Amino acid sequence: MTDETGARPTQQPESQPQPQGQPPESGQPQVSVKEKFYVRFTLAQRYLHVVLFTSFLGLAATGLPMRFSDNPAARFFAREVGGFGAILFLHKFCAVVLTLAFLYHLKDIATRSFVHREKGIFWGPTSMVPNWKDAQDLIGHLRWFVGLGPKPQFERYAYWEKFDYWAVFWGMIVIGFSGYAMWFAPFFAKFLPGWALNAVLVVHGEEALLAILFIFSIHFVNTHLRPDSFPMDMVIFTGKETDEEFRKKRTLEYRRLAAQGKLEARVGEKPIYWWVNFAKVIGFTAILIGLVLLVLTLIGYFGNA
Amino acid sequence: MKAYLHGTEPQRIGSGCRTLSTALVLLLLPGFSSMLRAQTDCLSCHADKTMQDASGHSVGVDADVFHSSIHGSLSCTDCHTSIKEYPHPDTPVAVKCVTCHADQAAGIAGSVHASASAHPCTSCHGDAHAIFPKDDARSAVYPLNIPRTCGTCHASDALAKKYGLQNVYSVYMDSIHGYAVSKEGLLVAANCMSCHGSHHILSHKDTQSPTYKTNIPNTCGTCHGGVEAEYSAGVHGKAVAAGNLAAPVCSDCHTAHAILQPTLADFRMQSTPICGSCHKGRFATYQDTFHSQLGLLGGYVQTARCWDCHGAHDILPASDPNSPVNKANLIKTCGRCHTDANASFVQYQPHANPRNRKLNPALYFTRFFMNLLLWSVLGFFSLHTLLWFIRAKREQGKSGPGGEAKDD
Repeated sequence: MTDETGARPTQQPESQPQPQGQPPESGQPQVSVKEKFYVRFTLAQRYLHVVLFTSFLGLAATGLPMRFSDNPAARFFAREVGGFGAILFLHKFCAVVLTLAFLYHLKDIATRSFVHREKGIFWGPTSMVPNWKDAQDLIGHLRWFVGLGPKPQFERYAYWEKFDYWAVFWGMIVIGFSGYAMWFAPFFAKFLPGWALNAVLVVHGEEALLAILFIFSIHFVNTHLRPDSFPMDMVIFTGKETDEEFRKKRTLEYRRLAAQGKLEARVGEKPIYWWVNFAKVIGFTAILIGLVLLVLTLIGYFGNA
Repeated sequence: MKAYLHGTEPQRIGSGCRTLSTALVLLLLPGFSSMLRAQTDCLSCHADKTMQDASGHSVGVDADVFHSSIHGSLSCTDCHTSIKEYPHPDTPVAVKCVTCHADQAAGIAGSVHASASAHPCTSCHGDAHAIFPKDDARSAVYPLNIPRTCGTCHASDALAKKYGLQNVYSVYMDSIHGYAVSKEGLLVAANCMSCHGSHHILSHKDTQSPTYKTNIPNTCGTCHGGVEAEYSAGVHGKAVAAGNLAAPVCSDCHTAHAILQPTLADFRMQSTPICGSCHKGRFATYQDTFHSQLGLLGGYVQTARCWDCHGAHDILPASDPNSPVNKANLIKTCGRCHTDANASFVQYQPHANPRNRKLNPALYFTRFFMNLLLWSVLGFFSLHTLLWFIRAKREQGKSGPGGEAKDD
């Protein structure tokens, strides 16, 4: 990609033409002398991801047998686990855990923005809220896929990461609400129309199917299995990424921080060796379970239809 | 009497003695002539239980058992009519039970067991000299012994195959009736005879048979009178009575021989598809619901099956005010499981069809929107991810690992 070097700087107010403060790490491709690590996620955020995917795997593993209960694998699994009673208990248990994690996240957002008055949560380059640049990035990225333009450069959260976030956010509300509506149907019936009691099962099942298919295929590939991150992007486990990764994947954030002289403040310790390996075991287990569930879901879905 | 040549040594001596004593009695009672009268005359030889005739058939009689049997007061010659004196012919004429038991013989003659050579009376009643009244536990046709007696032939796969029957012996024995007979010893529990009759057993295709479709409610009603009354008042009973042979009778839902206790998990699992075999549309919509989805899982049986809502024997149309699925009764019916069911809760449609736009428009569009969302998101991102993957691979190929660095 020789034609794009500096030729098409992305139209972002924060993006500086050249970082000033850090001459040795000016974004030019070069081999780092010593690997430097930058903090991307806090410990709480990393734990939240672990709680999120653990409970999600639990929900998927116990929800799928209910959705595809005429599938022999589902019946076998349910019998082994201890029957439907056990399956539903585990499903509700994971649901409560995930609900608590979601509420914790909402509380975290609220505290950070309204108590600590942290800037950039609802707007600006570090926000999860989609903006005009995300739309441009999406178009630009698609054009780059097919060789019609240069590769866009991304800020702290790229558009597909924001989509992942909001997909989970929306899914949490939709699946959560419909799930609790079934759990406490007579109570919800007091203010929902009659047909809604029928609809919640459809909504719950379809949205869950979307979540399962999306996470176990699109999220896995986009975030972990694509060639640039293969086999797994460890940043969500270690919280840190190398200087090279940071520069390549989130060029605009890197440049912005360098320009503001805040880059050094983000430097972190090199992740501990055993912790990385431990995280890999956990992560690969999760991915493996996810892929197995993906296959079973597809069998269940298309075996039925 | 070649027979006692085959006996063991002491018995041979014993038999010899008895023969001598018989001759002595005959000599000492000249007025008695040579006519055989009392059992004792015959038993003086035939009490030897090991006695066999020329073709090896046992001709010994256990005197004690015979005396206590239902025919114990008869003389041997009452049945063995061709034997008048001693010595008697080696091959006496076969005994004819019909002489006394004309009604039973007539029944057999018109039944599936008509062939006398294949089904002599003894094939069911057992040893001719050990026949007991049917309320005697020693009888082969005592209620608790009947399954085993019929099973002598009907537990055989070969026989079942030969006559195009199912081998139902083992499924009957595992059924609630078989269990009651074999394990609990209930004399009133249904054995083979209770439903099929005894001497005049007819094919279930015969309109006179108690197992002919339209006769089945009456047959089962012999014991299950209350259920029969409920059934007759319900839609199925009325339909059958009106000559609709497609409507179910007892055995269509409960099966004939493998009848299970209806609260058992296995029965709850097996019976919904049985209703579904006729009510296909209702079954399909039921399968879309939570009740069905969960009911199939891991043997979970508590979720609502057809009859939990519709009733079992006295099924009535929903328009009938006595029907449990009549609008006025729904809170009570749903409330049997959902204890806090309320008027709004029972608006739930247990047979809603999300694919039917006219009947369930809200549900139809909900499903339509969810499917649209599902497939548009997945479709778009699958393409997105695939293109990205290919592009990233090519970049990697161009510049080795870390190909994206070139973009900076």
